[in-house]
Amino acid sequence: MVEEVFLDNGLRVLVQELHTAPLASVWCWYRVGSRDETTGLTGVSHWVEHMNFKGTTNIPRDKVKGIIEQFGGYWNGYTWIDQTTYTETATSDALDRMLFIEAERMASCLYDPADCESERTVIISELQGGENDPETMLDQELTAVAFTAHPYRHPTIGWLSDLQTMTRDDLYGYYRRHYVPNNATLVVAGDVETREAIAAVERHFGAITPGDVTKRPLTPEPEQAGERRIVLSRGGTTAYLKLGYHAPAVTDAEFFPMLVLDAVLTGAKGVNLWASFRMPPPQRSARLYRALVDTGLASAIGGGIVPTADPFLYTVSLTAASGTPLARLEEAALGAIDEVRTHGITDAELKKAVHQLRARLVFENDSITNIAHQLGYFDTIDSWRTVASLESRIAGVTVEQVARVAAKRLNATNRTVGWFEPQ
Amino acid sequence: MTTSVSGGLAPVRAVLDNGAIVTAKRSTTTPAVTIHLGFLAGSVCDPPAHAGLAHFASRTIDRGTAIRPADVIAEELDRRGVSLSTMVNRHVTALICTCLIEDLDDVLGLLADIVMHPVFPDEEVATKRGEVVTLIRQDEDNPAVMATEGLFADLYGADHGYGRRPRGSVETVGAIDAGALRRFHSERVRPGGMSLVMVGDVDPQQAIDAARQAFGGWTGAPSAPVELSDGVPASVRRVRTIPMMNKAQADIAYGFTGIRRSDPAYYAYWLMNNILGQYAIGGRLGDSIRERQGMAYYVFSALDANLIPGPLMVRAGVSPTNVDRAVASIDEELERMRADGPTDREMTESRQYLIWSMPRTLETNVGIASFLQTAEFFGLGTDYDVRIPGLLQAVTRDEVHAAARRTLNPETATIVIAGPYTRT
Repeated sequence: MVEEVFLDNGLRVLVQELHTAPLASVWCWYRVGSRDETTGLTGVSHWVEHMNFKGTTNIPRDKVKGIIEQFGGYWNGYTWIDQTTYTETATSDALDRMLFIEAERMASCLYDPADCESERTVIISELQGGENDPETMLDQELTAVAFTAHPYRHPTIGWLSDLQTMTRDDLYGYYRRHYVPNNATLVVAGDVETREAIAAVERHFGAITPGDVTKRPLTPEPEQAGERRIVLSRGGTTAYLKLGYHAPAVTDAEFFPMLVLDAVLTGAKGVNLWASFRMPPPQRSARLYRALVDTGLASAIGGGIVPTADPFLYTVSLTAASGTPLARLEEAALGAIDEVRTHGITDAELKKAVHQLRARLVFENDSITNIAHQLGYFDTIDSWRTVASLESRIAGVTVEQVARVAAKRLNATNRTVGWFEPQ
Repeated sequence: MTTSVSGGLAPVRAVLDNGAIVTAKRSTTTPAVTIHLGFLAGSVCDPPAHAGLAHFASRTIDRGTAIRPADVIAEELDRRGVSLSTMVNRHVTALICTCLIEDLDDVLGLLADIVMHPVFPDEEVATKRGEVVTLIRQDEDNPAVMATEGLFADLYGADHGYGRRPRGSVETVGAIDAGALRRFHSERVRPGGMSLVMVGDVDPQQAIDAARQAFGGWTGAPSAPVELSDGVPASVRRVRTIPMMNKAQADIAYGFTGIRRSDPAYYAYWLMNNILGQYAIGGRLGDSIRERQGMAYYVFSALDANLIPGPLMVRAGVSPTNVDRAVASIDEELERMRADGPTDREMTESRQYLIWSMPRTLETNVGIASFLQTAEFFGLGTDYDVRIPGLLQAVTRDEVHAAARRTLNPETATIVIAGPYTRT
């Protein structure tokens, strides 16, 4: 059972007792991601995340990274399009320390100018590491082309020119605007006692002042009027094809039929951004695997629809087998996709997809870290209560709903096609 | 024969009549079971002319049995939501999956059929060869893979089991046919070299009985061990570059031949590696190269103490303009560790980290299964998790310093740099 409370400063606190291991996991979520960035400041959310590991008023810079590890704990953070989050998991007697760290991070990070400069080159190194990977480059370019107005078009890491010119004041200003308790959700899960955990949260966070979290209006992405295409030609050894279709947001009734449709096409992935994508999907009998991998045209396929606050993308990623021309691979892929767009899926496929997704929900809840992640993640895009309804909403999907969403979404005018052609 | 210990994980371990080892551990976190099925059939078993054979076999072993064609296997796995992964390292080929508890008996039966009766159909072998060739080509476009594989080749020799590319080359894979795969299976995938670990919400004895039902009828003497020479430690510093001018970032692999897993100094090396290149994002290396100099998104060290002295490696990804500075900084940190050893505070913090992180490491079924499989491979015992804290507590600062003096000598380092970089 999840206990929800709000502190007077607006911080939403979620506590779930789980006594399966002597561990506690803390996640502090902020409703800020690359969707909130303006041109000239792309990548600022991610850079701010990095700076928030660089020392606070009461945690010296050189103690930040060891402060939880010296007690055996794990810590991390990530930034994506809708959210930024920080986590610690450690033995439950370290709960107070974990909450102290997160309260410090929310209110008291230093942003030393020298640290800002040093981190600039670390982040540019991270960006260049991504550029070494053709699939990462293709994904970034395809997303930028698929969206014309909505800020989902920015890569979370930012564009290089912005990373080269952003200032310490840009970073600190962004931090102060968004890192306030009334823009955050704190999740505590594990071997804790709910009342004591809430009292500890109050002790650490209660005095932090709320801020103005009025969000600027976002331009909704206009309906796509025709197929878009990009071709990347770079040095390399392998050709890649990526298809992106505008997809429903998590709050859209079409989201769960789309999740089932993806399971039928490429195998079920689940909905845990933190855990599920580390485990390959069951896909050997999926339609695109049979049409493209079993026939030797592709060496690997992947598909994905991720729960997001605004409509994002359903993507299909294909690695061309050595010697397969991209045009031939694309023709075969679109042929298989047109088949499901025209004729929908069978009852047997629906049953299998729903069972696969149910199994993934079980597998992705194998640790308190993963369970706590889901509560916070869904709270940044919809509501933490959605997590408890996932299984029933998947089970309620019908073949008719999947057929409708396939017919509506998988057409050429909703599609962006990306090629990576090695030179 | 069945043995169990109390306290800690306390798994139940059984040796079947055919020599197969089965270990089971109950964990009630989720209604699921993780299955980790390993064989002594890793890439060191590859004949030099067939480099990549173990990897190729791992990708084709589940593509059809005497009674189940590939599409039937695919359907049986997928309808249960099971994703079967195969993993090959130098010594072991493993099949790994997680299933719901109600599917355990059926999945064990399917896995037994896959490993006991694969047929390696010609058409499946041809299709999978295309996939493997693509993977090799992708590796050849990946500076991190090229630097690491280059380092291993330079440390052990390109024909040594640790120095060969685990996936082979386009040429060696092209020479592997279905007959070679069948021979490999017949010679290497046997009950005498099998270790099955099951972790999940199932009674351990019941799980072992199910494994006996599935695998008990399989016969076959253990495989002949593979002869492996120790790598010859370098006596001079060696630097090699692999130009990949189409890339944005260079990868550095910097290393030495390290120690055996059975070496009494193992726990001192474990602590040294944690202090040098792991604790708090990359240890001393991370503090210097990432935190203070801002040169790299990642820098770390890794110790692979194995059946022979495995590599101790430092890895970093840096801008091509920073390669020389990064290598100099690695030299400097190694020299410092070699000259002064760790501080008392570093000893305390890393020791606490390694000991107190165990509940976290052993929280999930996947984590427990991997730990038990490693303990079985190195003969560490079913009580190994209970003994680790004492083993780490017993290590002295002087022992860690001695480990550093023994191995971390920049003058005998082997260094491979892959990426948009050429030495001046």
